Amino acid sequence: MFLELDNVRAGYGQIEVLHGVSLHVNQGEIVSILGANGAGKTTTMHTISGLATFMGGSIRLAGEEISRLPSHEIVTRGLTQSPEGRRVFNSLTVLENLKLGAFTVENKKVIDESLDWIYSLFPRLYERRAQMAGTLSGGEQQMLAIGRALMGQPKILLLDEPSLGLAPLLVKAIFETVKKVNENGVTILIVEQNAKAALKIATRGYVMEMGRIIMEDSAESLLTNPSVQKAYLGH
Amino acid sequence: MEQFFQQIINGLTIGGIYALVALGYTMVYGVLKLINFAHGDLFTIGAYLGMTLFVSFGLAGSLPVYAAIILVALMVMGLVAVLGGVLERTAYRPLRNASRLSAVVSAVGASIFFQNAILLLWGGNYYVYPESVRPTTIVSLFGMGVPAIRFVLIGASVLLMLILYWFIHRTKTGTAIRAAAIDQGAAKLMGINVNRIIALVFLIGPGLGGVAGLMVGLAYGQIDYSMGFSYGLKAFTAAILGGIGNIPGAMIGGLILGLVETLGAAYLTIAWKDAISFFVLILILIIRPTGILGERVAEKL
Repeated sequence: MFLELDNVRAGYGQIEVLHGVSLHVNQGEIVSILGANGAGKTTTMHTISGLATFMGGSIRLAGEEISRLPSHEIVTRGLTQSPEGRRVFNSLTVLENLKLGAFTVENKKVIDESLDWIYSLFPRLYERRAQMAGTLSGGEQQMLAIGRALMGQPKILLLDEPSLGLAPLLVKAIFETVKKVNENGVTILIVEQNAKAALKIATRGYVMEMGRIIMEDSAESLLTNPSVQKAYLGH
Repeated sequence: MEQFFQQIINGLTIGGIYALVALGYTMVYGVLKLINFAHGDLFTIGAYLGMTLFVSFGLAGSLPVYAAIILVALMVMGLVAVLGGVLERTAYRPLRNASRLSAVVSAVGASIFFQNAILLLWGGNYYVYPESVRPTTIVSLFGMGVPAIRFVLIGASVLLMLILYWFIHRTKTGTAIRAAAIDQGAAKLMGINVNRIIALVFLIGPGLGGVAGLMVGLAYGQIDYSMGFSYGLKAFTAAILGGIGNIPGAMIGGLILGLVETLGAAYLTIAWKDAISFFVLILILIIRPTGILGERVAEKL
């Protein structure tokens, strides 16, 4: 198991949001977390990256405990995240944003190579490389957020709501790129409101409710599961 | 006309000093959204340290005058920077996750502490920089005599600002500082050690502020323990004028404020010198609350 959460309790300040979450991601997988608003999906992502208050349990990355590490050290161990709401650095250029994604990478050649790769995945970013990130459209900002997270040479990439607020055609393109990235050897944990799109590319999925995991199954079974269909797939 | 140029030189001298102090306010505000009320006192300590180094350590007489000034400037910068680092570590870092108001109270407390430390160490009297470190060379420009030290001080403040601008905009660490100022959480996700960035900002800001204190001593000769309050308030005004949190804004704001204040004092009335500065502040808050270069609306404290 590459990333493993065991009975994780976490939240913000004094407030506990996750009441014992256990999940795992195997190397090479795309795993999706589904759930309604407020179920704790984003808190789970924040907790893994060290942005939330960790309260108990364990988080292991490649067998090593990372739950008490500061965020920047988690990045150096090969786990990066494209956060909910994109959170690109608005008053920095696209290129500056991407280079910040490679903040922990020292080797200039490696940085240039990943930059070329990102530009081939998202040609739009190359066209707009000198523009302020705040002037990009929502879809372009999402590409930038994903590209930026990939610049850190992650072994595992966390994607929080990559389709939020995007036009359906763009959603499709983003998910196709996510698949391509995965085929390049990057393990992916993805949180999505757009459950259908996420399950289509995922190997496995989890369903969250009220800060707990209530269901775990293969993506195909979840897609055909009547209660999941009713609650999250709009059938 | 001659008087006008003279006033421009005066305005740029004081403006450069305001700008250097304003940079400390604006950089700290950028990364912590906190007004470092102790910043004016660090500036005062810079002025006093400069005097002590010149007089007590005998640097005034033993070296060529400009060599002594450069040496003292570097020492003051280093010492006040260290003090700024200690301030961050003791007064602000423990409150990083506390409410904003707690940090503000801690800042006011730190300011009171520094002021009393200055009183205790140097006493409450005025001090005058020794004549020997204030070069009396007069340069004639367009038929008027201007003390050479004015040009040196203007040059020094511009040079420091250019170096800072280059550092912030052209280096990896500088970009990380800008990123941390925009979104700390996202900066952490990039693998940036935000604590280290904040510590660095608390070295740079006070370092520049300390040098500005030294520059006041060199330009006007006289320093006193409460100068941090008046200069601090002006520099804070300059930071708001340029757009708080914005580094080029602080530079421009400082220079504009220095010019407006000096020209106003010369052509309107000298008694209203301070009133003119704060009138500019009120005006900018009414017309353009974000400041000249600011984008975000400044939050309450």
